[in-house]
Amino acid sequence: MAFFQPKSTATVKSTKHVVDPALQPWVEKYRPKTIDDVSAQEHTISRQLPHMLFYGPPGTGKTSTILALSRQLFGPDNFRNRVLELNASDERGISIVRDKIKNFARQTPRAQAIASDGKEYPCPPYKIIILDEADSMTQDAQGALRRIMETYARITRFCLVCNYVTRIIEPLASRCSKFRFTPLDPTSSTSRLSYIADAEAHRNLRRAITYLQSASRLSSSTSPPTPITPTDIQEIAGVVPDLVVRDFAAVLGIDTGGFHDRRRAPKTQSGGFDPIQKKVKELMREGYSDDANLHDLIVLHPTLNAREKSKCALVLAEADKALCDGADEELWMLEVALRVHKAVAP
Amino acid sequence: MSLWVDQYRPRALDDLHYHQGLSARLKSLAASGDFPHMLFYGPSGAGKKTRITCTLRQLFGPGVEKLKIDQRVFLSPSKRKIEVNIVQSNYHLEITPSEAGNYDRVVIQELLKEIAQTQQVDLNAKQRFKVVIINEADSLSRDAQAALRRTMEKYMSNMRIILCANSTSRLIAPIKSRCLLMRVAAPSDTEMHTVLGHVAKRAGFDLPPEAAQEIINDSGGNLRKAILVLEALKMQSPDLSGPLTIAKPDWETYCQKVAVLIVTEQTPARVMEIRTKFYELLSHCIPPTVILKTVAEAVVGQVDETLKSEIMHWAAFYEVRMRIGSKKIYHLEAWVVKIMSLYKQSFYQFDISEFS
Repeated sequence: MAFFQPKSTATVKSTKHVVDPALQPWVEKYRPKTIDDVSAQEHTISRQLPHMLFYGPPGTGKTSTILALSRQLFGPDNFRNRVLELNASDERGISIVRDKIKNFARQTPRAQAIASDGKEYPCPPYKIIILDEADSMTQDAQGALRRIMETYARITRFCLVCNYVTRIIEPLASRCSKFRFTPLDPTSSTSRLSYIADAEAHRNLRRAITYLQSASRLSSSTSPPTPITPTDIQEIAGVVPDLVVRDFAAVLGIDTGGFHDRRRAPKTQSGGFDPIQKKVKELMREGYSDDANLHDLIVLHPTLNAREKSKCALVLAEADKALCDGADEELWMLEVALRVHKAVAP
Repeated sequence: MSLWVDQYRPRALDDLHYHQGLSARLKSLAASGDFPHMLFYGPSGAGKKTRITCTLRQLFGPGVEKLKIDQRVFLSPSKRKIEVNIVQSNYHLEITPSEAGNYDRVVIQELLKEIAQTQQVDLNAKQRFKVVIINEADSLSRDAQAALRRTMEKYMSNMRIILCANSTSRLIAPIKSRCLLMRVAAPSDTEMHTVLGHVAKRAGFDLPPEAAQEIINDSGGNLRKAILVLEALKMQSPDLSGPLTIAKPDWETYCQKVAVLIVTEQTPARVMEIRTKFYELLSHCIPPTVILKTVAEAVVGQVDETLKSEIMHWAAFYEVRMRIGSKKIYHLEAWVVKIMSLYKQSFYQFDISEFS
């Protein structure tokens, strides 16, 4: 009759898949949990939350801020049914706005009074809808949001997050209070990075968390562990090394002597179509592709006059647009090179 | 019997012949456990794909080489069917979203979410995550790239993405900042020399250095091309001695002919002649950009110094137009006519100044 007896002894080991914190990307692991943790963006948030529009360049903590805020407001239990996060990876056409967003906006979920982790959360009587990367929403979808935002304003707050505020239609923007996120200043990003570096017990700190993570992995796994050097970071970050850029500039006839001693010698190899074409081919072969560095070099150059600089800027802007349209890279590198050469030629 | 390119492709990171620093780096990353998203970029034939497969092997063991090809059908928002081929193993899958054209966003959204939301159940698996390789990442549309952004962060516990691109300039900044960038430069001449020598040794013959040099000069840093040429030459003359003629592809000689036509005579009749040649090239599926580039380079070789930069300028100009527009032949022809008029102008001015 053993068959009918409860199998008390056979305890099923529950092997739940929990993400091992050691394997988490640091970007997520160290995403701020509370508003106070958010580096450098000093906004005061009262309990009377308006609709919000966060805008600013990538990596300045917009998403982190709103996630931290809603986590702080609702706590882990209510977070699930009080916050709807939609980003560009979700379908966000007009039909979704009409159905999903509207349905979520109109319901009033009951708050779970006692939080499971024993802390107290304010849990205000509204929900938050986060529309991440809102600048990739279509005009129509944005239009459909207008009335929804007003009708359900009593029980729902919207938070739009975007890079370019100009891509948000005016009626939406005017319904939100805007928060501009400035690029982090070096001290606050350094302090955050050093905090992470301390927590991970490595002594090295550099520009960004991803870079820090990969860089530290690289350095600690080589034996013996070597400290991270700036060139490592440049390679990881995909920045074209200074020397290569200067070399290129020298071929174009830009005097880089002010920056670099080795180039103080009279320019001999500069100018001409063939050397330029050869240099561009060489660069393409090495796999470098970035006009941004040349841009910096030109704009910050001490001896070029404003006219030459603006000509160069025009060329670079045109090239950028062309590349965005999917133009051939080699042709345009050559084009930029030739025209810059022409612009700076005496 | 497969081609030498595939047959002698290195399988493990230790077998790679050049970019040793990169190999060491990839190896340590694969061993570390928290493998980041990666972006491999570099010119074609530099060995990006080889490095990716080697890294995968390092991560998951030989199981990744058991590949199967699957065809999946996705539905676009307007209920159109999009068919995409997926190459996959138990541990990774590989897609070329640009196959789906304008609808690549749908493919990215659906496929990545599906993978991201399934977890590895085999507790003995070497890694918790699955790897998705996205080929031709630089031809992803802007929407598709935006769709990648948050997915890359959110589902990182279940999935890693490896992007493979020719250049980083067409990728949006948020994607770049989420990836570890790996630049794979084309091999230098000496590096190619060793690789070719190695291939020859594996195939069981000796490669004379002159022949190797010839092949390297012709390939322009493209190792795949170099090895293919080597194999072709070996078929032609088994001892690889004496004067070698590396056969140029037909379209290249054809483009050269077009360039000569442009330079020798500038009349409407000539334009018509060139038009038929362009049609011929296009109907043989030579990409219009490649045609334009090859012809432009050939023309530049035959004209005066002052004209060269002009020709390249207009080539770049019409190349963009071609991308935006839909009929390629118009722009190719417009460019030819432009070049002809420029050439004629400069030619006659030059003449007149000499006479007077």
